Amino acid sequence: MAEPKKLLPVVDWLKLPEGGDPFLEGHKCQSCGAVFLGERSICSKCGTRDKMKGVRLANTGKLYVYSIVHRSFPGIEVPYVSAIVDLDGGGTVKGNLINIDPDPEKIRLGMPVEVVYKDALGRKDREGNSYLSYFFQPRR
Amino acid sequence: MSDVFVVGIDMTKFQKAGTGPSVDVLGAQAALMALDDCGLKIQDMEALYCGNLGQANGMVGQRVLQQIGQTGIPVVNCANACATGATAFREAWMAVKAGVYDVVLAVGVEKMGSGLLGGAGGGTGIPKEGLLGSGTMPAVFAEAGMEHARKYGTTFEQFAKVSVKNHHHSTMNPKSMYQIETPLETVMNAEMIAYPNTKLMCSVNVDGSAAAVLASEKKARELGLMKRAVRVKASVMTSDPWQERDLVMPDVNTCTRMAAKKAYEMAGISARDVNLVELHDCFATAEILHYENLFLCGEGEAGKMIDSGEVALGGRVPVNVSGGLLSKGHPLGATGIANIYEVSTHLRGEAGKRQVPNARIGLTHVIGLGSACGIHVLEKVSA
Repeated sequence: MAEPKKLLPVVDWLKLPEGGDPFLEGHKCQSCGAVFLGERSICSKCGTRDKMKGVRLANTGKLYVYSIVHRSFPGIEVPYVSAIVDLDGGGTVKGNLINIDPDPEKIRLGMPVEVVYKDALGRKDREGNSYLSYFFQPRR
Repeated sequence: MSDVFVVGIDMTKFQKAGTGPSVDVLGAQAALMALDDCGLKIQDMEALYCGNLGQANGMVGQRVLQQIGQTGIPVVNCANACATGATAFREAWMAVKAGVYDVVLAVGVEKMGSGLLGGAGGGTGIPKEGLLGSGTMPAVFAEAGMEHARKYGTTFEQFAKVSVKNHHHSTMNPKSMYQIETPLETVMNAEMIAYPNTKLMCSVNVDGSAAAVLASEKKARELGLMKRAVRVKASVMTSDPWQERDLVMPDVNTCTRMAAKKAYEMAGISARDVNLVELHDCFATAEILHYENLFLCGEGEAGKMIDSGEVALGGRVPVNVSGGLLSKGHPLGATGIANIYEVSTHLRGEAGKRQVPNARIGLTHVIGLGSACGIHVLEKVSA
């Protein structure tokens, strides 16, 4: 992996602390417990204002559902597994499920997965910056 | 408050995306057809409610009037994703229901591009599609279907059967984009787009428009239009309430259930009273979910329902006898009025080969992702 400091996060809720491990950040309503991805000040579940607190989301979870994508937009490599994962302790995240055959026989709903952080498939922005992304893989 | 009636309604034959005339001309076609259906003129209309998504900032309603008659009436342009047409119809219904107007026009029109709709993320940086999962509509609705599979063991084959049924229905609908039979093996072996949705399990992008003339009871009687009139028994819209996964997985279930409950209550009926349904089969996976969401069957029984043939023409409650979005086509802004056209045509007993016998009550349903759900319950007028 390239030097983390030179990487940009793929989404603003993927945090790259200096000298620490990357993690996904949620924002949790202190009034009703709803968890959101990305910073915000108002809870859209209960309407409470200014009771949001940043929380570190778990790097483990369970596969909720998936789809195996065989046709996508031009230039996007297929097939890939689009997965919805419920993270342990709260927060639901969508991402690619990797290190598994893109075959419904091989993918088990509810299977334990873990979050791994890697370069964003070599994709760079117009300025040539690299990005760090998150992926899911089966947990042994 | 008096009831509101559909007195004139029609739709264009849906055609391949990009082959139709400009959006104003296309909208004008359905508007004139609906006016002709009840023998009224644009000069009789007191307001126009126009649904269109692709040119939502383009004053499409006014441009339709610039084609067929600039009478100076108020025009409301609506955009509400795939619920756009139903929203325009409902706004028209509400104005008449409130007694503001006696007779109004609702038009839904769309010119579509080809290819996939949707896409994951946008904004700064790099493309997110295929990196953070998929935001394409076939994948989003595949994931929604997999939730049903997870809970109830619904199979790829059961999802595919929806497409077989709807394509079969469309062979009897001359206004459908396609009129071809697609046997089960053809559907299942078609190009896989996003498992479990194959190409034949995805709705068809088409150009099309639909329009309706709505009138108060007093006006409909005065004009002698009650004989073919269709009563709007319920008109309901909901948006998506908060759900724990809805940041990454749009929930089409809860807003449909809320709307369905309200619609049955408003109409004073139960789901058992409904003789036919046109529901939002944007993907084959979606139709299965909505059997339960609309309470056409019990929880977890949707797979059994497609297997049994209950939802096919000749069954207990035929669903999407028009061919649905899967075969008739899905011009986003027109769809919500086109499905009201289909149900109205059955209630009038004018549906030809695909007529649902003795249809008295029908229900229409659309979902605009993001989300908006629109449901209408329509009833035959006993003359």
